Amino acid sequence: MPQGLRYRILLILGLALWGGIYLTPSFTAALPGWWPSFLPSHQIRLGLDLRGGTYLLLTVDLEKAVENSLDRYAEELRRALREADVSSVSIERRGKTLFISTGSAADRETTQDILAEQFTILEPRVGAGSGGDIVVDLDRRQIDALEQYAVDQSLETIRNRIDQFGVAEPVIQRQGERDILVQLPGIQDPERAKALIGKTALLEFKLVAEEGSNVETETLNGQTLEPLSGEMTKTTYTIEKPTLMTGDGISDARVRPSVDVEGPYVELILSDRGSQIFEELTGDNVGRRLAIVLDNTVYSAPVIRERIGGGRASIHGTFDIKEARDLAIILRAGALPAPVTIAEERTVGPSLGRDSIDQGAMSFMIGGAAVIIFMVIYYNLAGVLADLALLLNILFLLAALAAFDATLTLPGIAGIVLTIGMAVDANVLITERIREEVRMGKGVRAAINSGYERALPAIFDSNITTFLSGLIMFQFGSGPIKGFAVTLCIGIISTVFTTVFCTRVVYDYFLFRRRIVTLSV
Amino acid sequence: MEFIKAGTTIDFLRYVKSAYIFSTALILIGVVAFWYRGGLNYGVDFAGGTIVHVKFSQPTDAASIRAVVSQTDIADITVQDFGQAGDEFLIRLPKSETGVENFSNRIRLSLADGFGEEAYDVRRVESVGPKVGKDLRRKGILAVVFATVMMGTYLAFRFELRFGLGAAIALIHDVLITTTALLVADVEFDLTVVAALLTVIGYSVNDTVIVCDRVRENMRKLRRETLHVIINRSINETLSRTVITTGTVLMVILALFFLGGSVLHAFALVLLVGMTVGTYSSIYVASPIVLLWEKEKPRR
Repeated sequence: MPQGLRYRILLILGLALWGGIYLTPSFTAALPGWWPSFLPSHQIRLGLDLRGGTYLLLTVDLEKAVENSLDRYAEELRRALREADVSSVSIERRGKTLFISTGSAADRETTQDILAEQFTILEPRVGAGSGGDIVVDLDRRQIDALEQYAVDQSLETIRNRIDQFGVAEPVIQRQGERDILVQLPGIQDPERAKALIGKTALLEFKLVAEEGSNVETETLNGQTLEPLSGEMTKTTYTIEKPTLMTGDGISDARVRPSVDVEGPYVELILSDRGSQIFEELTGDNVGRRLAIVLDNTVYSAPVIRERIGGGRASIHGTFDIKEARDLAIILRAGALPAPVTIAEERTVGPSLGRDSIDQGAMSFMIGGAAVIIFMVIYYNLAGVLADLALLLNILFLLAALAAFDATLTLPGIAGIVLTIGMAVDANVLITERIREEVRMGKGVRAAINSGYERALPAIFDSNITTFLSGLIMFQFGSGPIKGFAVTLCIGIISTVFTTVFCTRVVYDYFLFRRRIVTLSV
Repeated sequence: MEFIKAGTTIDFLRYVKSAYIFSTALILIGVVAFWYRGGLNYGVDFAGGTIVHVKFSQPTDAASIRAVVSQTDIADITVQDFGQAGDEFLIRLPKSETGVENFSNRIRLSLADGFGEEAYDVRRVESVGPKVGKDLRRKGILAVVFATVMMGTYLAFRFELRFGLGAAIALIHDVLITTTALLVADVEFDLTVVAALLTVIGYSVNDTVIVCDRVRENMRKLRRETLHVIINRSINETLSRTVITTGTVLMVILALFFLGGSVLHAFALVLLVGMTVGTYSSIYVASPIVLLWEKEKPRR
């Protein structure tokens, strides 16, 4: 046997073995005990549309993120001014700008000094604009940095929440400027997951306003517990605006079982700094009502009976155990730096996924069988050869999916089915050419040689064009469509390899053995 | 076995005029349908909005579902029969101005109220916000345009400019006629339809490549013949391959169409129409354009 031919046969056998090894985990229920650990053990990865699950695209509200941090700067500035005994200064945020009005020239100077010393990232302009005599903007770079931070922080928080919620193999990644992509395979209750992920979870401790107080107030929705019936009724609260403490002061949150008529509640364990603040704020406000506000809803507003040390607080409400658990997760994972909105959701239930796999497999079988039978009837032995190439093609295609850890989606299955229909094209081209050459009176060897040679450019060009459209699809498409593009492109490579290279080896082998006297085409 | 006997000589180009009329008529139908329907029927992918795909344990009818979901006081809900068994429905909700509102949950709750928790199964929810919809629409159009231009450029580069031009015009023709079919059948335009269109572009150009390849070969071989004769002969010589390959591809597409399930239905339909039109166009659109070019700028 010529050297070249031997190597080609070895290459094909080696690749077939490689394919078989990669596909074994996907097509056996359990790997045999002797399966060595260095061999692949993972199955073909199924897309969400086949295994069921939820895909979410979240958009971070960047405007709000910037406004929130400006609010924080304003709060810090107020504190710094208080410490410097400046009292006649008022700060107001409008959009992304802070307006500071100072009462006297001396106050203005102090404010400017503080801004210059402690708030170097802010850009104060004196005497500009209306509504205040110092106007503070953030520069573009600063805003960019804040936005980046907001997206990164949101991603981290969402990852934390999902990890604690417990989803196998979630995908959480950043997409574009302000979007976060979340994939939750096999999730049973998508609504609950959405609520868990999308909640801003800004926890604030504020005082309920008393009559005659001169602090700015706001009206928030909330609920109160009827002590006798244990029922919750909706009410509104008038709350003092300043936030005394936020969720930052929490180090842990746990679900506690119910006491008396109430459902379970969430116990907060405060950090050292949080305990200190909490102790001070309770100590300063004995006898007043402390509102526990989550995302602008008042959960409870108990009366502070005494100074509370020890770093514990609790949130009561009408929770069932699931809600309490989710709330604890959210509080542990922390608040999102800005609200997120769900820009896109795609959920596939497990039953549809299973049906899709069955239907995909069915069309694969029937379509494949039709092509295989047709090829034998129409092209005789050359058809058998094309069919062998087709089977090898499917083996390589599936093995490549497993080896590259590509995701198989329903359109991806359609891509495989299409590949079956299209793959025989190369063999059709070659065989038709051989038939032509035979008709022109060429000998067996010459007919095969020129058949392959002449068909090759057309095969090459037609596959390249399809490959190009596959690449475009991959570039522009999302999720399932990408899966289609992947199977299409891998299919083209394995098609060219099996239909041109592998079938040629078979012809060459029989030519070498001088077994072919007449061509069965 | 042979469907197309060797030495078949059909004068394909004789019917070019009829083909022009035929194609133009189809495209005009498309234009009328476009105007009549008030544009393309975008699915949630492109228009934004929410669909909830529900399967009931027993056959029911759209009217009773409509009655139940109308309790949610969400405006403009449509309920549409899906699949053949009469137990699967698509509930479509309008888009919201902000992100994706919690419509799907409200639909679930109302269905549980109306039919009972166990009577139905939410099989699929797809929600697309307006911003994402716009973005996907832009990307989809861009992909189709880009693919067409790329194919034309590739063929112009591999063969000659006129082949590239012919192929590109044939592709535009295919996309237009497939779109006509979608408009007439009132099939929704969504991402899978665009993917199918791109596949049609990729495969349709295949046929053109095969014919062009043969034309180029015959141009070298038959230097004395007119281009008209060469093209006709090339089409005849590749006819057997065209018929067989289109046949095997149609076999698998039919398998997808009938067995692939409701989710792949539109996808398979586009391929079915597109592949058929693609084969026709590589004979009757791409080649005549090469000829037309020849008349304007003769070879010698």
